[in-house]
Order: sequence, then C-alpha cells, then structure tokens
Amino acid sequence: MKRTARIPILLAAAVSVSCSRQPKTFVLVPKPTAYGAAIVESSGGKQTAEVGTPLGQPVVVQVNDEQGNAVASALVIMRGPNGVAFDPAAGLSDSSGQFTTIVSLGTIPSRYQLTASITTKTGKAAELKIEEIALGYQEMVGSQLNDLHCARCHNQESTPERVSNYDNLEVKPHPFTEGDTLNKMSEADLTAIISHGGPALNKSPLMPPYGYTLSKSEIRALVAYIRIVSDPPYGAPGIVYAQK
Amino acid sequence: MRLPDSLVKLRQKFFGDTVRTFGWMSLVLVVLLAIAPTKDYFADWHRYQRGYERLISKRSDAVTLRRHFEPGIQQIWLPELGVVDRCTTCHSALKEATLMDITAQPYRHHPDVPHKVEEFGCSMCHRGQGAATSVEEAHKSTLAWEEPILPAKYLESSCGQCHQQDLKGTPQLNLGRKMLAQYGCVHCHTIKRLDGTPLAATDDPPPLLHIADKTTREWIYAWLKDPQAYSSTATMPNFKLKDEEARDISTFLIASSTPASLKIMPASLDQSKKVKDDAALQTKAASLYGESFCASCHAVQNAAGNLVGGNLGPELTKVGSKVKPVWLQAWVRNPHDYDPATGMPHYRFSDREVGLLSGFLMGKTDSDLLANVHLDPATPEQIEHGKRLVNEYGCASCHVINGIKRPETFAPELTKIGSKPVNQLAFAPDVPHTLYDFIEAKIRQPRAFGPSLKMPQYNFTTAQVNGLVNALLSHSERALTMPATKTVPAPAVSHYEPAGKAGQLIKDLNCFSCHTMNGRGGDMAPDLTWEGSSVQRDWLVQFFRNPNTLRPALIRRMPKFNLTDAEIDTLTDYIMTVYQSPKIDRDSMPLAGYAPGQVELGKQLYYSKYGCQACHIIDTKQDKGYIGPTLTHVGSRLTAAWVYNWLKDPQALRPGTQEPKRNLSDDEARALTGFLMSQKGRETQEAKKR
Repeated sequence: MKRTARIPILLAAAVSVSCSRQPKTFVLVPKPTAYGAAIVESSGGKQTAEVGTPLGQPVVVQVNDEQGNAVASALVIMRGPNGVAFDPAAGLSDSSGQFTTIVSLGTIPSRYQLTASITTKTGKAAELKIEEIALGYQEMVGSQLNDLHCARCHNQESTPERVSNYDNLEVKPHPFTEGDTLNKMSEADLTAIISHGGPALNKSPLMPPYGYTLSKSEIRALVAYIRIVSDPPYGAPGIVYAQK
Repeated sequence: MRLPDSLVKLRQKFFGDTVRTFGWMSLVLVVLLAIAPTKDYFADWHRYQRGYERLISKRSDAVTLRRHFEPGIQQIWLPELGVVDRCTTCHSALKEATLMDITAQPYRHHPDVPHKVEEFGCSMCHRGQGAATSVEEAHKSTLAWEEPILPAKYLESSCGQCHQQDLKGTPQLNLGRKMLAQYGCVHCHTIKRLDGTPLAATDDPPPLLHIADKTTREWIYAWLKDPQAYSSTATMPNFKLKDEEARDISTFLIASSTPASLKIMPASLDQSKKVKDDAALQTKAASLYGESFCASCHAVQNAAGNLVGGNLGPELTKVGSKVKPVWLQAWVRNPHDYDPATGMPHYRFSDREVGLLSGFLMGKTDSDLLANVHLDPATPEQIEHGKRLVNEYGCASCHVINGIKRPETFAPELTKIGSKPVNQLAFAPDVPHTLYDFIEAKIRQPRAFGPSLKMPQYNFTTAQVNGLVNALLSHSERALTMPATKTVPAPAVSHYEPAGKAGQLIKDLNCFSCHTMNGRGGDMAPDLTWEGSSVQRDWLVQFFRNPNTLRPALIRRMPKFNLTDAEIDTLTDYIMTVYQSPKIDRDSMPLAGYAPGQVELGKQLYYSKYGCQACHIIDTKQDKGYIGPTLTHVGSRLTAAWVYNWLKDPQALRPGTQEPKRNLSDDEARALTGFLMSQKGRETQEAKKR
C-alpha cells in the first residue's frame, strides 16, 4: 500500500477513536522507584456485594521480590471487566509492600475476575487474578436468608458475632462454596432439600425443612445465591430442545 | 406569471427544458418525502430491534422468541401512576428467561423482582425519560427533561418510595433510613413520611444543662475541634470550628451550666482513687466490669487497636480524660440523677463497687488528648460570642442547653429532596450535575459547597453514604403523589409505657434499651411481649437474681442488676400477668406428669426424626449444637403450653426467629413437649430431693 493511502485510514481511525461512545479513561500513574518479582493477595478476594456497590472490605495485594520480601514503592495496576471501578486504579505499594484499593463491581450479577499487575525488573509483567462476586436482587435476598438461617451451620468460619455450629454436627453440611458437590444437584433437588429437609433426599435429618418458614420466592432466591457463590462456578444447563 | 429572465436562464442551464425541470423537481420532492421514513429507519430503536432479531435468529428457541417479540414502538401506559414508558421498545428481552446469558444492553433479561413491568413500568424504579425513544434522551437529561437514569447503586431508593417499611431486598435503603434517625440528620432537617408524620431521631444527644459537673472546658474544646479524635465511633460530626470559636463555645457551655443534684459518696471516691495504684484492686475492678456486661453496650479499644464491645453507649477508651471523678461515681451509682432520659440502666451497685468501677474507668486516659489545650481565663466577651455561635451552629437542635431555645426549622426540609429539580441546586465545582451526585457530594464534603455553610463534616464510609443517598432519594414528589393503594406504610411507632410500680422499675432499669415490649424497644435481647406466657415464675425469679445465659455462643449477656427481693417480686408479678399472649392458655397443658411412653416417643422424635440436637443441647455429654438456647433445664424454665405452641409455629409467636417451622402433627408436638418438659435440669432435681 502506498504511503499516501494510509493517511485517510489513520485519520479515520483517529476520528473513530476520539468519537467513540465510551470515552477511554486514562489513569495517571505515579512513577515507581522499585520493582517486584511477584504479586500476591493479602486480603479482599472472594467477597460478595450488591451489583454496583463497593465491596465491604478493600482488596489488598502485596508486591514481593524473588526472596519473598515485601517491596515498597512498586507500581501496581488494577484492571477488571466492564463496569468495575477501582479507587484508586493504580498506585505504589506502601512501606510494607501492600497496595490497597476499594472495588465497586459492575451491574451484572456474576463473578468478576480482577487483575492486579506489576512490572518486574526485566520488564515482564507479573499478574494476580482475584475473583469477586456481584449479587443481583435475587442473590442478595438469598444472601440475607443465608445469614439468618443457613450460615451458622453451612459456613465453617466463625466471627465474634456469629459462632459457627459446623464443628458440632455429626453429619457435616456442605458449605455453599463447595461447587463440586452442589453443582451436581439440580434446581429441583436443592429446592426439595431446602423445603423438606435432609430426609427428602435421603440425607441427614439434622438439616431441617424450611418450606413452612420461607416462601417459594425466598427459596428460589436462596438457590440463586447458592449457585452464584459455588466454586468452581456453576454452569446452568440451559434449555435443551428436541432435535429436528 | 412569468419568471424573471435570469431565473429562466438558470433553469435552462441546470435542467434544460420544462419537462426535465418537472422531472427533477418531482425527484427532489420524493427525496424530501423520504426523509422522515429514512430517519425513522435509522432511529436508535429501529437499529436495536433489528439487532434483537439478528440475535434471536441464531438461538435454538428462535421461534418462541420471535413469537414473543413485537416490532414497532412499545409503550406501557399507567395513568394512575403517571407512567408512560417506551423502554420496552429497545429492551425487548426483559421477560425472556432463556436469554439469561446475554449481558449486552439493551438485550439483558430483567432479574426476577417482585413487581411486573406491566403493573409498574420502568421509570418508576429506574427513573429516566420513559417517553423518549432515543438512547441519549431516555437515559440522560440533555433537553429540558430532568431525570437521568439511576445508577444501580441507587436503585433501592425507588423501592423506598412506596415501601415505608424495611425490606429484605433493600439493605442499603434500610441502612440509610436507620442512619437518618441515628446520626441526628432529622434533628436539623425535617423529613416527613407519606402519612405526614416526621421521621423521629433514635440517637440520644446528651443534655448539656449540667455539663460543668461532668467534664472540663479543655475537654469540650478538644471534642469540638475533632470529636473523632476522642472516639472514632462518635456520632457527633465535626463542625470545622476555628480555634477561637471552639474556645468561646466551650466557655459559654461551662458558664451556662447549672449544678446537678449528684450524690457524692466519699467512700466510693476513696475507693476509686485507690484503684489506680493497686494491681489487685484493678483486677477486681476489671472483672466487675466484665461481670456487669458493660461491654454489651460500651466498646473499648484493645491493644491491637480494634474496638471490642457494643455500640449502644459511648466508647470508653479515653473516658478518664473526659469526665470528672465525682461525676463518674455519681453516674455509675445512678445515671438518672444526672440525665433522667438516659438509656443506661440503674445498676444497684454497692459503694465499694461504684468506687471500683469508676476508679477502673478513670484509669482509661489518653495523655495526648488534652496535652496541647491551654485556654485563657474566660471573659464575658467570650461567653457572649460563644452564645452567639451556639445559636448560629444550631447546637440546640440536638442538645438541651440552658438559655438557648431549640430552633424549629434550622436546616432545609428534605421531604421532597428525592425529586428536587437540578436547576434549583447550587453545585460545587467538579460535582456532576445530577441530583444523586449532588446529594452524595453534600454528604461527603458539605463545606465544599461554600465556606459559610453550617452543615458539619461527617466521617461516613462509602457504604454509609450510598445508604443515605438511597434513603434521601426515596423521599420524592412521586412518592407523595402515589395512590394510597400502592404504598405500604411503616410499622406504627409504639409509645408503650408500662404502668405502676413495675413500670417505674422498667424505666429505672431501662429494659427498653435492649428488650422490645409491645413494639417499643431495642433488638439486642429477646422480645418480651409474651414473656409471661413463655416462662415459669420460679425460673424468672431465679433469673433476675442470677442471669445465666441460655445461649453458650453469645457474647452479650443480661447483666445482674442486684435487685432486691421486693423489686424482683414486683417485676415478676407484672411480667407474669401483663405480658401474656392471647393465643396461649398457660394452664392448658401440665408442667409435669407426662406418660413415659409419650416422653420416650418425644425423645425419638427429638433425636432421630427432627434432629433437634443440631442446634440445641439437652445431654451435655453428647449434644453439641449451640444455635438455639440450651434445653437442659427447659422443663423448669418454659411453660408446656408455650413449648407446644412454639413447636407448632415458632414464627407466629416471635416473627423472624431462626427456628424453622416443622409442620408437626398435634400428637408429635405433644410428645415432644412431654420430652422437653421432662428436662428439669440436675440442680433443680437435687434441690427437690433436699
């Protein structure tokens, strides 16, 4: 192609970029004075929050060198899918090698994979993937029902306000994150065991029935919550139609 | 009529003869006529509808989807609600559950919410211009239209327009509404509900009538300059006062203070002074602080910097730098002497205990707090200036102050803030011109809107700000004009007052701070509205003497108030007679004497069929569950009629309780009741033998 022919193409490209509907945001990044070799998560992964709202805890990542020691003043850049907002989106690690950012998830209820990246001394990029979960209306109602009725037994973690009952049970309940087991159960199975208790699926009577306590829509919300927090993620079977 | 020659020449030059001119002109006319349909064809909505048809054509259920799809402009018209929404013109897939995987707008499936789009439309919840048919006009406010579409984080505000009560699906709105009452917003701003009643504050700003008895001018100065420096959880906002303003206000407050009638016990004061230098006394004092469950309401910062304790009362980490020893010993003895309206209970501590506790608390100091506060002696000018400032800043909106009248309308009313036109708002620089951005900025940085504004600076987290914006947006013009059939009123505010001698005791002990009775009170402890139907008298007497916890996993406990036997009798009699549920006949079932067969059946149901041991403990050796209360003594604690009715339907007796309903048959419930009533506890059985 002739050199002159390229000019209109370049022009068109420039115009289309500058006129595109979504303005590109450029993040002003500070100048790093040190470079790390690896980036690890300190806290803030696997949180849930209502769509469009900030996560309860900030996401904290740490920059380390080859020996695993913390590196201060290294540049960390956060990226995420459309709709995810970071405050701040980039910055230098502090004196203990940590970089803290508040994350607001997008408006689609699903999992969001965030990437925290640093540049190493050799100019290569080191990345860390962090997963967060945005809850839609149903999943959020489900998460509140989970807090009230389920979490005491199905969540092994204890907090000062909510001591887990998991260790006290002879037959251990499945944590809702246990996708390997729960993903195999159909919506109907989950609805049955929530409504009618463990014996409905020949399981332990220690799981009581909630069909007389929760409404049908509440149980649907609970199932939606269980599906969205499961790990590995739950893939809906979709609709299967008869072949022609 | 003949055209001028120049025009004729022009015509001939361009078109040639008359016939050709006619032909060309016709063509121009056709083109002109085609403009409207062409514009229509290239309209946003047409483009999106074609896109939707392309999208569904590739899917396995294309035939069904195409049958659902209606081309052309769609409209939802609800005259009663003032809704004219054409959003479904482009958002064609709102109701297509099989398109769940499509995340690109405008083809997203609407999540399952309790309302149907045909009944409420779209703009009711999302705002925006429902009647517009172009993307820009529908979602932003480019012309004279005012309402931009709400971002996802503020959607809950729309639920609050009709729903005046708390909903499960709106945690942000619930938080925001609670905060409006809790952080004193409604002390200055009037916010009326749909029924015209103003929102009432739930915080309890201390009266400053006798402030000089309680604390020093220096502490007031430091507090006014930065309340959060004293306690990070303080709800008092920062008024960003200049040094001399804080100096003069503190001078005025001390000068206007009148003496309170505090009981001064020298014995307690002496004891209190000894605690500081005596390790043994300190240990005793610390355990008394623990046994009295002060931490259920008050937080103290631990060595790691975390706050440990409840938030009903103020944080006590630096209380020794704040209060005067004489005041503290009087307060610990009976807080009502200083502030009759306080929520703190009147513990019946002995003089020695008062000394121990106040000495222990006086030891909680922070030497840095007042290190740099040096105030000149007060002058009449300072007092005069301080009084003027107190009026200017509206201090009396929250606090009762001698000589200052409470201002009636200190700050703008916010009843219609959720629909305030943008052109009536004065924006600070860098704040986007939308109502919700305005409200958010105003809460975050009120003084950025002008240095002379009086709204103080709060320290809210992002989640708290979002909650408040949601709560404020819900107070809209639309909410006020909503037909009454569509709105759900808030639960009525209860002004229940227990009567007589027991009523006075309940007030003195401030039971309402933690317990709810007849719709009034706190939620830290169980609702006692039906307590008389629920428990046996002997147990209640014992419990008042020595309140043991029923729930092993709970940190917060009922404190021991050191009541006299006569006081316990009064309270017990009142509870047993007044707090009775009409649904339960206490004498319908016996407390003991169930047939062994029935008890055995109940035991089997308990352990095998219903797995109650998952949450409750009966046999301390093998049962471990501790979600529900321990049932080892349940037979000597609860009445059989209550147990039976509870088993049949727990939520009917205490709405929102965790225990699920089981749909037991009458026989099963009776057998389980028999088994539970046979659990009298070892101590009681031994006591009977003796």
